[in-house]
Amino acid sequence: MAGKPTVGIYSFTGCEGCSLMILECEDQLLDVLELVEIVNFREGMDKIADQVDVAFVDGAVSTSHDIQELLEVRKNAKIVVALGACAWPGGLNVMKNFQDQEDVRRYVYGDKWAAYDAIPARPIDRVVKVDYYIRGCPIDRDEFLEVTQAILMGRAPNIPNHPVCVECKLSDNPCRFDFGEVCLGPLARAGCKAICPSFGTKCEGCRGMVDEPATQAHRGVLEKYGLSVDDMMREYRLFGGWFWGGDLGVPDLPERATSK
Amino acid sequence: MPDVNINVHHITRLEGHGNIVVNTKNGEIEELRLEIVESPRFFEAMLRGRKWDEATHITCRICGICSCGHTTASLNALENWAGIEPSSQTKKLRKLLFNGEQIQSHVLHVLYLAAPDFLGVGSVIPLIETHKEVVLIALRLKRLGNDLCCLVGGRHVHPIAAAVNGFTKLPKLADLVALRPRLEAARADLAAVVGVLQTLTLPQFERETEYVALNQTEGNGEYPWQWGDSILSSEAGLIPLEEYRSVTNEYLVDHSVAKHTKHKRDSYMVGALSRVNLHYDKLHPAAKQVAEALGLSVPTHNPFMINLAQVVETVHAVAHSLQMIDELEAAGLREEDRSVPVKAGTGIGAADVPRGILFHEYSMDETGTLTGSNLVIPTGQNLANIENDMRALVPQILDRPQEEVRHLCEMLVRAYDPCISCATHALEVDFI
Repeated sequence: MAGKPTVGIYSFTGCEGCSLMILECEDQLLDVLELVEIVNFREGMDKIADQVDVAFVDGAVSTSHDIQELLEVRKNAKIVVALGACAWPGGLNVMKNFQDQEDVRRYVYGDKWAAYDAIPARPIDRVVKVDYYIRGCPIDRDEFLEVTQAILMGRAPNIPNHPVCVECKLSDNPCRFDFGEVCLGPLARAGCKAICPSFGTKCEGCRGMVDEPATQAHRGVLEKYGLSVDDMMREYRLFGGWFWGGDLGVPDLPERATSK
Repeated sequence: MPDVNINVHHITRLEGHGNIVVNTKNGEIEELRLEIVESPRFFEAMLRGRKWDEATHITCRICGICSCGHTTASLNALENWAGIEPSSQTKKLRKLLFNGEQIQSHVLHVLYLAAPDFLGVGSVIPLIETHKEVVLIALRLKRLGNDLCCLVGGRHVHPIAAAVNGFTKLPKLADLVALRPRLEAARADLAAVVGVLQTLTLPQFERETEYVALNQTEGNGEYPWQWGDSILSSEAGLIPLEEYRSVTNEYLVDHSVAKHTKHKRDSYMVGALSRVNLHYDKLHPAAKQVAEALGLSVPTHNPFMINLAQVVETVHAVAHSLQMIDELEAAGLREEDRSVPVKAGTGIGAADVPRGILFHEYSMDETGTLTGSNLVIPTGQNLANIENDMRALVPQILDRPQEEVRHLCEMLVRAYDPCISCATHALEVDFI
């Protein structure tokens, strides 16, 4: 990338908390702004340009309008980064996919349900090609800075591929299973500094799983504590439902093949 | 008088997606809408079938900016359901979490999102060159708010440790006490912010409306935003919290995926200015001094003054946090019983979060599984009022260039600090 790379930050179906986490890098924000120029960030500024070198995208795709707009973002960006669990793998939004879709819409909009655009929620990489993933609900500030730095330097980002249990042990946290909780730490990808167990609650698996999860070992843990695979699936469906029956057989869009 | 034809697609410096449409002909308004075009998220539907102890971590995800506020309202509702009165220690810690978010949210709005309007630029970024001192103050204050939340809740965006009837992990008292010098320094920083704000001119515009805020009939005179047992209206006086639906009266409009509300008039206002108008006497003396210095005398009917009311509340939150830390230090922190009786029933809770009064209501079966919920969001309650303000404002400024009319309309919407993700992510339906 020649000159100061330009950056856009875009929000789809989500709480925009991951965009906000960027602003929460208070100590580094001014340094980051020395290195890149933010030109498109509706939440924080008047727009300067449509074309960007790097597009950070938070939020899932859950309306047909989202699809059109995301394709536009991809067309205008050299690099697309999925920002947070809603962008990938869909996060909490996918919980609605486990219910009857018409009933979900009727429950909220009553008789006018059909007037409001809604499709099953899906990760953004079902619509466009994604180049980098920053995981979590919300994202981890340090990981955002790591991935940003890697993109600017043209190197691969350093993303942990070990389970949250490792970070928990390093932090000397008591095991959540001993408190009768169904913790996803044995399978969930670390990189969050085991923040939830460190603050006294189970890991909810918001960063997805490691690449080759030790499912047999996890099964052993569940058996030891008298828990079932169903108990674990229930937990996984909070943030990772897409991989546990929430994908509803949604095919890749034909447009995806032609997106960069 | 030239006709105005304004169509702002996706208003910037605003949480969520909104459009402004204004058309006038021969000085008359033909069309005027604040369109809300956010993707709905169906939280109430998604909550069905989840357990009571998941409700808070799920609903806080409605909003990244006010997730501590959603957490607070959710816990208030769950404790109402379980029939629990949390301990004094829990209440004080929650107040710190809540104050931390008020500080960070108000600072984000006033100094990052609204200030560029008053200084004639498109974002906070050019201000790094022209007003570096103010930008550094904004970063420091926001960081302080975040750190307060992190210390008590583990995280500002989607806090972890705040649970029904207590905290899953208590902060270290020494860490809380260590915040004291930073809170003291924040007072000086805020004084500098007030100095800058005194040099700016807000648009002159007034429209009286109904003001609505949370209230404590059995409180101890505290500014009632973290918890309340009733609703105070400038038109109708006190309404019991359980009757909140008689205040909100939600209805669908075609141009918004977020429902509108009305009570005694066509619309009402919630949020910082509404609270300051209704509860001025309960503000910390330091906050009242700032209100005076900024020329904010109550009741104020100029919605652009919301920006100043937020600064007043930030001063209050800083002073109140110092008081909470003093009280916690005197009492010491101890592990407490956090048990929760599970039963079939309903719980209603509210909190007056940065953008206004927020209601959470849950229904549970005997296993503690959610069977229904209702969430009424501050921004949804303000939408009709913003439109009514705009309808009154536009005819007064039609002699100005269209670009200026457009900018003032945007500034008006922005003054309310709307959080559109919230308003559309939590639509209600009658379930009881």
